[in-house]
Parts: sequence; C-alpha cells; structure tokens
Amino acid sequence: MAAEATRHYFDHAAHSPLRPAARQAWLQAADLVGNPAALHASARRSRAALEDARESIAADLGAHPTEVVLTSGGSEADTLAVWGGVRGRASSGRDLVVISAVEHPAVGELARQWPGTLIAGVDPTGSVMLDELARLVGPSTAVVSVQTVNNEVGVVQPVAEAAEIAHAAGAWFHTDAVQALVSPGLDFSASAADLVSVSAHKLGGPVGVGALLVRREVAPAVTGLGGRQERDLRSGTQSAALAAAFAAALHESVASREAERVRMARLRAELLAGLAAAGQGEGVRVNGGEVVNPAIVHLTAPGVRADDVLLLLDRVGIDASVGSACRAGVHQPSEVVLAMTGSTQDALSSLRFSMGWSTTDDDVAALVRELPRALARARGV
Amino acid sequence: MSGGVDSAVAAARMVAAGHDVTGVHLALSKNPESYRSGARGCCSLEDSHDARRAADKLGIPFYVWDFAERFHADVVEDFVAEYAAGRTPNPCLRCNEKIKFAAVLDRGLQLGFDVVATGHYARLTRSSAGQVELRRAADPAKDQSYVLGVLDAHQLAHCAFPLGDTHKTDVRAEAAALGLGVAKKPDSHDICFIPDGDTAGFLTRQLGERVGEVVDTAGRVVGSHPGHHQFTVGQRRGLHLGVPADDGRPRFVLSIEPVQNRVTVGAREHLAVGVIDAIRPILAGAAVPGRWRGHVQVRAHGVPMPATVEFSADALHVELDHPCEGIAPGQAAVVYADDRVVGSATISGTR
Repeated sequence: MAAEATRHYFDHAAHSPLRPAARQAWLQAADLVGNPAALHASARRSRAALEDARESIAADLGAHPTEVVLTSGGSEADTLAVWGGVRGRASSGRDLVVISAVEHPAVGELARQWPGTLIAGVDPTGSVMLDELARLVGPSTAVVSVQTVNNEVGVVQPVAEAAEIAHAAGAWFHTDAVQALVSPGLDFSASAADLVSVSAHKLGGPVGVGALLVRREVAPAVTGLGGRQERDLRSGTQSAALAAAFAAALHESVASREAERVRMARLRAELLAGLAAAGQGEGVRVNGGEVVNPAIVHLTAPGVRADDVLLLLDRVGIDASVGSACRAGVHQPSEVVLAMTGSTQDALSSLRFSMGWSTTDDDVAALVRELPRALARARGV
Repeated sequence: MSGGVDSAVAAARMVAAGHDVTGVHLALSKNPESYRSGARGCCSLEDSHDARRAADKLGIPFYVWDFAERFHADVVEDFVAEYAAGRTPNPCLRCNEKIKFAAVLDRGLQLGFDVVATGHYARLTRSSAGQVELRRAADPAKDQSYVLGVLDAHQLAHCAFPLGDTHKTDVRAEAAALGLGVAKKPDSHDICFIPDGDTAGFLTRQLGERVGEVVDTAGRVVGSHPGHHQFTVGQRRGLHLGVPADDGRPRFVLSIEPVQNRVTVGAREHLAVGVIDAIRPILAGAAVPGRWRGHVQVRAHGVPMPATVEFSADALHVELDHPCEGIAPGQAAVVYADDRVVGSATISGTR
C-alpha cells in the first residue's frame, strides 16, 4: 500500500523493522541444506554457519560461545532461566524464585506455574525496591530475576545490586536484557548475571530467534523435550539462517551503540519538548524516572483513554502502543503501571512510544505534530 | 462488526461507497469464551476473529472496543432487574439504545467519525423536510426496524444501514463474491450473554430460587413455582400444575405479581389484550399528532397489528383493532405509519 511509505513507526520495543544486513545474512544462509546436528558435508556447512553466528553473538555480548544457548526468542530464554532454573535446583533445597513485580510475562507468569514465586514490589518509577528484594531472598532461593530495562516504561533496573543480593544468598541471578542491548548495553563477562535473555527482533533481526546466556557452572533443567541440541539444554533443530541474521543485526546494533544512545536521548528530549510546547504536556507524566532507556518514552495522560489516542494516531500514520498485553484484541490494564501507582485509570491512560535504529528526525517531528492533536481530541476538547 | 455476514457486507458496502471506514468489534464480556457450541452469539473470541478477517479482506483498520462494563451495567443487569420486576425485557433493543447507538456512537463521534454503520436490516430515508426516517427493510423476513425502534432522531441521524434494500440471500452471495469467510456463517438468534439459550436457568442463577404460588383467576392456588422470573405472560409450557382446570383446557400465564411472587394462570381468552399503555416514549422521526391509524408491533418477529395510536409527552396509548394474546409489560411497542417507524415505548400495562 502506498500509505505504508508515509507511516511513522514508534513500536520498536514490540518489534523493530528488519535491518538490511540481517535480511542479507538470513537469505544467504537460508539456502544451506544440512541439519546442523548431522555429520555429512552439507550438515557441516550449516553447522559452520551456526557456529560463526554463535561466535559473533558471543563476541558482541561479551560472552564465551559456549555460554550462548540459542532459543526461539526472549520468552523461551526467560522460561529456561526461571522455570528451568528453579527446577534444576529444587532437589538441592532451593525451590523459591524471587522476581520483580514488573517483569515481562515470560518471567511473571512463573507465579502461576510455580507456587514458590515471590514478588518484590517497585517504586512509582517502576524501579524494584532493593530492600524488599533483600528481605525475600534467602537460603532457599534458587533464582532471582530482575529485568535490565522494563519493556513498558523503560526504567533501568539496579541489576548489579540485585545480583549482589542474589549471590550473597547463593542464588543464581537472571536478567531479561531484551530491551537493554543498546542502552545501557550488555557485557556478559563484566556483568554479575548468571543468566541473561536476549532477542533478535527488538534489534532489527528476525522474529523466532534469541538466546539465553548461561554461565558454564550454571545448569538449568530442560523445559522442552527433544534432542537437546543447544548445550544439552534446549531442544529443536537449530536454524543457521536465523542465527546468522540475529548475529548480523546484533553486530550492527552494538557497533553503532554509542552514537545511538546519544541520538535516542536527543530524540526523546525533542519529543518531550515538543509535547510541552504544544501545551499538551499539562498533566501528562513521563514515566520511568531518571534512569531510563531513552528509546522508550512512556507517558500517562490522566483522563485520556489510551486506546482512543492510538486509534487517532493510527489514522494519521503513526504506529504506537500502550506497551501492555493484549487479550482478545483488547488492551489489558498495564500490570506495570498498576504495580507502580496502583491506579487502574492510570493503567488505561498510558502510552508507549519506542524508538530504534530506523527512527528518524522526521518521525519524531510527525509525532510532535500529531500527538497533541490526538490527546486534545481524546480529551474531548 | 459482530463477526457475522451482515455487518461484514455492510462494511464492504460503506467502503465501496467511498467512505473512510474503520471496523469495530465490541467486546461485551470480560470472559469471552473461545468457542460457542450450537447457535452462536456475538461476544466470542471466534466472532472477533471472523470480524477481523473480514476487515482484513476489506483493507480497513479494525479495533476491538471493550464495552464489557457498560454492557453489563446497562444491558445484563437491566435484563435481570426487569425480570425481577415481573416484566419481559428485550436486551437487544436495550443494547441498541444504550451501547451500539449510544456509547459506541458517542465515542465514534468524539474520535471524528460521522456515523455508525451496522448490518441491521432497515432503511433510512429523508422526509421532504430533511428529517431522517426509519423504515422497514425490503426483506420482510429479515426486517429489523423493530429492534431499532428505540433510537431517537439524533441517533438515527448518525446511522447507516447499508443492507436495508437487500434480501438476505443476496447478502450471502455478495459476501461469497467478496471472498469473505463468513459468507456461510449461520445467523445468531440467542441472547448473546445466554449462549445456551436457557433464559430461565440464567435468571435462576442470577436471582436464585424463591418458591411462590400459582393461582387461577378465582384466586385458588393450583400449583407452585420456583420463582416468578421463570415466567412471561402468555407462557403455557413449564407450569407443572397439579390441579387441572375445571374445564380441562390448557392454561396460560396471565399475569405476574413480583412483590407477592405470584403467578396467575387462566384460559387462553383471558390473554386477549385490546388496549396497550406504554411509557418512556421515543420518537424516531416526525411525530404524528393526535389520534391516528397505524400499526403496532410488540415483538422482533411479531406481526404488525392495525391500531389507533396516540403519543403524549410521557406515554403511548394503543387501541388494537383486534385483540391480541401474550403481550407482556416490559416489551417494546413500536408504532409504524405505513412502513415508517414513528416511535416506540415500553409497555407498562394492558387491558
């Protein structure tokens, strides 16, 4: 459709457009014939491409290649870390998991599957309360999981401190870093985390591939049945093509990381300044506090139905989101905002504009132009 | 867009006519069942999916709007309260009046849309004075002007019913020609929030059982019942009377007294109603002053009955040419001048 060319995309935190380099790597490797787990010449070529990708991913994340367990994405990586983690340690007397109240559902849903899941609250910015975390962590804790960047509001969590709390009790520390690879970035060897989840498609790679970084001495239990192709832990035929595309997207993201952080901070400032200048900043709260991933701009506009603002923006070519889960096509009140403020109204009046590698000054100018109009109309003025 | 064939074709026709169309499916339940067995209602996930796929085919934006709380308060609770008060409500009319052409319309207008278009079978015309007029559909078997009879002139001015001139079989053929997957989807008939069709069971779950007396017209107790809300005036089945009528003829529910929880039964001729009084009148278009000759309809698929009619500011008075059976308080009386809906009111009493 011709109209698509003029759309302005502000939903990178949900999915980032495919980078040309990732597409090229993907297509190149897609013609490989062998199953990487087989032994013949064709298989060896696939295996070589897979391992090239793994080494590239490891290098860009500061990990050793053996620490990279390729998965179908961030959700599977999270599941392996927290559910696999606690099941791997339950027999040795560690059967509790401590998580923050604002984790992605791939971690948060554990509370429904594992009765020994304890939840630490967050402050009004969405930052986990470390004193509460410390109270919940003890000698029976198997895994502590606190995301690096919250996927809805963008707050950067105090993961170094959280990891220290976990390690003092002998627990493994997991962090979902899906939204964090550009800002603040990840260096696995320098970090205190034992398990880290990452995903390709939030960076401009394809959907369907991600990784769990696992320290060598850490051994979660399997959560899916099969041939255990990935480090005797994750089953399913490995995709050299997806891994190659992931590696290409990650490499570009990491190579441009310093410049992108500066650029995202500038675009964020321009967006917020533009909103304030239009007089629609009144009453609108910018969430996430001072330490945020600048690419995620999360606003609460009291008295405004977020769905209405999104519909109005959609009509003028702007793709945005509320950031929270959708059920049967209906946005559910944001659990993250509920955990932050306890207000259902706030949870239904919050919007997320997330930026990434393809976001341009022109995109932000369009949002600065259209968002105040949409807010005014949704307010009924 | 309910997910049925009618609203899908209505949307297609609005698109073909050059309008800027956005598809909206209403989420009316907090806990939509993923599938329904048997006859299908309008709230399930599968219906939402079907509506989305129709919008995809038409290339229009599509959203699900959550009106579950409004629907529960304005339609479901009203339905239960009306039965508890001994009346017989029609929740589809109520939904049209309070949700589809009120809450949805208001939200649409606020967001810059001009009309709510639906797949209802009814026609809208303009009088010589420029006023919108609601008329019966071209397909008498599908005519839905009755369930739209609760809309006022303001609401009708912001409506579009693109199927009013068409027969249902042609709508299905058009859907098939457009490649819409819902072309052969069966019509829904049940009340959407009672998907199993067991209204009595639903009401018992809501209101509980409360045993009361069944009496005849002489006041003699002839049986008992588990709650007056299980009955509507004119009902014959399910009475389970222990004492036969003196003349051995079948008996029908004649009246319901909610406070006494008493149901009166009697012979069929006692059901005959010649005069209807109704409250909360709503005018669909130009009023017809004074007493006039028209037709009244009291059920969605009922027959139009010739009558002498008079609207006043807060009431509607109807004198039927021929007595009619089974008219219950709570039903809507919709009044027609030829095929034009003049207005409606809620039946409060019959004689």
